[in-house]
Amino acid sequence: MILVIAEHDNKHLKPATLNVITAASKFNEDISLLVAGSNCEKVAVQCAQIEGVAKVILADAPCYEHQLPENLSALIVGLANSYHYILAPATTFGKNFLPRAAALLNMAPITDVLEIIAKDIFVRPIYAGNALATIQLTAAIKLLTIRPTAFAAAHTLQASAPIEKCALVENTELSTFIKEELTQSVRPELSAAKIVVSGGRGMQSAENFKHLEELADCLGAAVGASRAAVDAGFVPNDYQVGQTGKIVAPQLYIAIGISGAIQHLAGMKDSKTIVAINKDPDAPIFQIADYGLVGDLFEIIPALITALTKLKQ
Amino acid sequence: MKILVTAKRVIDYNVKIRVKADQSGVETANVKMAINPFDEIAIEEAVRLKEKGIATEVIVVSMGTDAVQETLRTALALGADRAIQVQTEQELQPLAVAKLLSALVAQEMPRLVIMGKQAIDDDCNQTGQMLAGLLQWPQGTFASQLVIEGERLQVTREIDGGLATIALKLPAVITTDLRLNQPRYASLPNIMKAKQKPLAIITPAQLGVDIAPAWATLKVTSPLTRKIGVKLNSAEELVAKLNDLGVLP
Ligand SMILES: Cc1cc2nc3c(=O)[nH]c(=O)nc-3n(C[C@H](O)[C@H](O)[C@H](O)COP(=O)(O)OP(=O)(O)OC[C@H]3O[C@@H](n4cnc5c(N)ncnc54)[C@H](O)[C@@H]3O)c2cc1C
Ligand SMILES: Nc1ncnc2c1ncn2[C@@H]1O[C@H](COP(=O)(O)O)[C@@H](O)[C@H]1O
Repeated sequence: MILVIAEHDNKHLKPATLNVITAASKFNEDISLLVAGSNCEKVAVQCAQIEGVAKVILADAPCYEHQLPENLSALIVGLANSYHYILAPATTFGKNFLPRAAALLNMAPITDVLEIIAKDIFVRPIYAGNALATIQLTAAIKLLTIRPTAFAAAHTLQASAPIEKCALVENTELSTFIKEELTQSVRPELSAAKIVVSGGRGMQSAENFKHLEELADCLGAAVGASRAAVDAGFVPNDYQVGQTGKIVAPQLYIAIGISGAIQHLAGMKDSKTIVAINKDPDAPIFQIADYGLVGDLFEIIPALITALTKLKQ
Repeated sequence: MKILVTAKRVIDYNVKIRVKADQSGVETANVKMAINPFDEIAIEEAVRLKEKGIATEVIVVSMGTDAVQETLRTALALGADRAIQVQTEQELQPLAVAKLLSALVAQEMPRLVIMGKQAIDDDCNQTGQMLAGLLQWPQGTFASQLVIEGERLQVTREIDGGLATIALKLPAVITTDLRLNQPRYASLPNIMKAKQKPLAIITPAQLGVDIAPAWATLKVTSPLTRKIGVKLNSAEELVAKLNDLGVLP
């Protein structure tokens, strides 16, 4: 029996959960999907339609509204005994509560699973993905966070799995939610986009990022950034791609004014096609790029927009 | 208020690591080591809280072989008041580290523990959350801002969608993100002074903690490398190539 924890905002299921279901299906055991939130029945209905889900568990209570890790991990501990595996996406959501739940159960969790080799053998990245560790875990309950880009998304079906209500209310009152400032964007979500256009320190200013955004819009792409661009305040923190930011693996990744530090490469080197635009012909980013353009990004971006517009006509 | 901070000794983030030919791990001999960058941020935050008069003492902990004493001296030079080495030659996994820290917290009784969100060698991003769980304390992970008002701690967190702000009751565990602060450099006089600061050594057995690993590393391999790409001459050429590949919308 496997318990997967759904990531959602009480209205919509986050797509990363679908990738976790695919990972869970490798174990050939029944999958239950836990939806913990407040007034989140809509999410449970979406979850019931995912292929491979045998049952949805709905824990609907005000104390789960913001999925505070103290309450969520207490809830998971209450449910844990029936399961061999507890899985969550390796996102800031999953990484926040899953290790806590594991410690409460006296189990060692595994972060960022890339591959499931056997029921107790997993592959995960270490050193910013510059090495891969194959590990064998002995824990009786295996708590894993799954890297979404390493598994395909599960399909949704017409049929629907039963939704079971869970009456456990674990309100630890250890923390309270104050506010959330979410980046509003009409563009696709960074970690799920087919095309990502990222800018680095070479963009020079927040103002200049508008040119890059224009290019992204020509391509229907999401916008990402290097740490240097975020630290300099050109773009918000949630744009950061890399070892300690978001992991992306789109069909096409275009790195503009990014040197290609290992910490950045860790977040995008599994992209299908990589394009680098940099004025320095020796920038390390060119070592992993399929296509490179050496030159001034302030000339190349407008030229790309022109060429793309011409193509569309 | 006492603050406990942690400092892991890791391969310097600038080093390009090499996987050993026998797949037993990563080459660490003759490699530049450093304090985990997120832990540097943790130490800086604790020291600033002391400078503001909020913290009374900053205790830094590192676990591992005697080599970690160098890491501890660096932390002392950055402003920590005293250091504790948890001495072991054995491999330490995050659950064991969390248990050792939990035992140290019981001894030292800090009101706040500040740790890095992630060690850049194992990339686990677990230990702080696990310590908070073991202690039944609230947690503020991936922090980019801390505001302490009496017994209440307000934490701004970097999350996938942007920023989230929460309030925690002290005592609490915090893990740092990159933008919490810009760590200082240790000055020469402070490096000298750090040599005189107290450094205590304690073993896992003395703390009564079983540190047996929960997983075995079967092998460590290099990821697949990408094939060398081509440099193109113009934006038009690039767009044509991408169009041929079928990746354009
Ligand atoms: C603990 C830790 C974690 C980190 N995590 C991350 C992470 O998750 N993600 C991440 O990205 N980084 C991360 N970093 C930072 C990383 O080491 C690099 O510092 C960072 O990626 C550099 O960003 P950059 O390439 O934009 O800047 P730079 O390295 O300064 O590169 C700028 C590039 O722009 C080019 N350029 C400048 N002007 C132009 C122009 N007009 N036209 C064309 N090209 C131009 C330059 O040639 C240069 O190559 C981390 C570092 C640490 C220590
Ligand atoms: N051996 C250690 N000594 C001191 N602190 C550690 C050690 N291992 C982990 N930590 C702390 O735990 C944090 C998270 O580590 P991890 O969960 O392994 O990514 C690090 O940033 C350190 O603050």
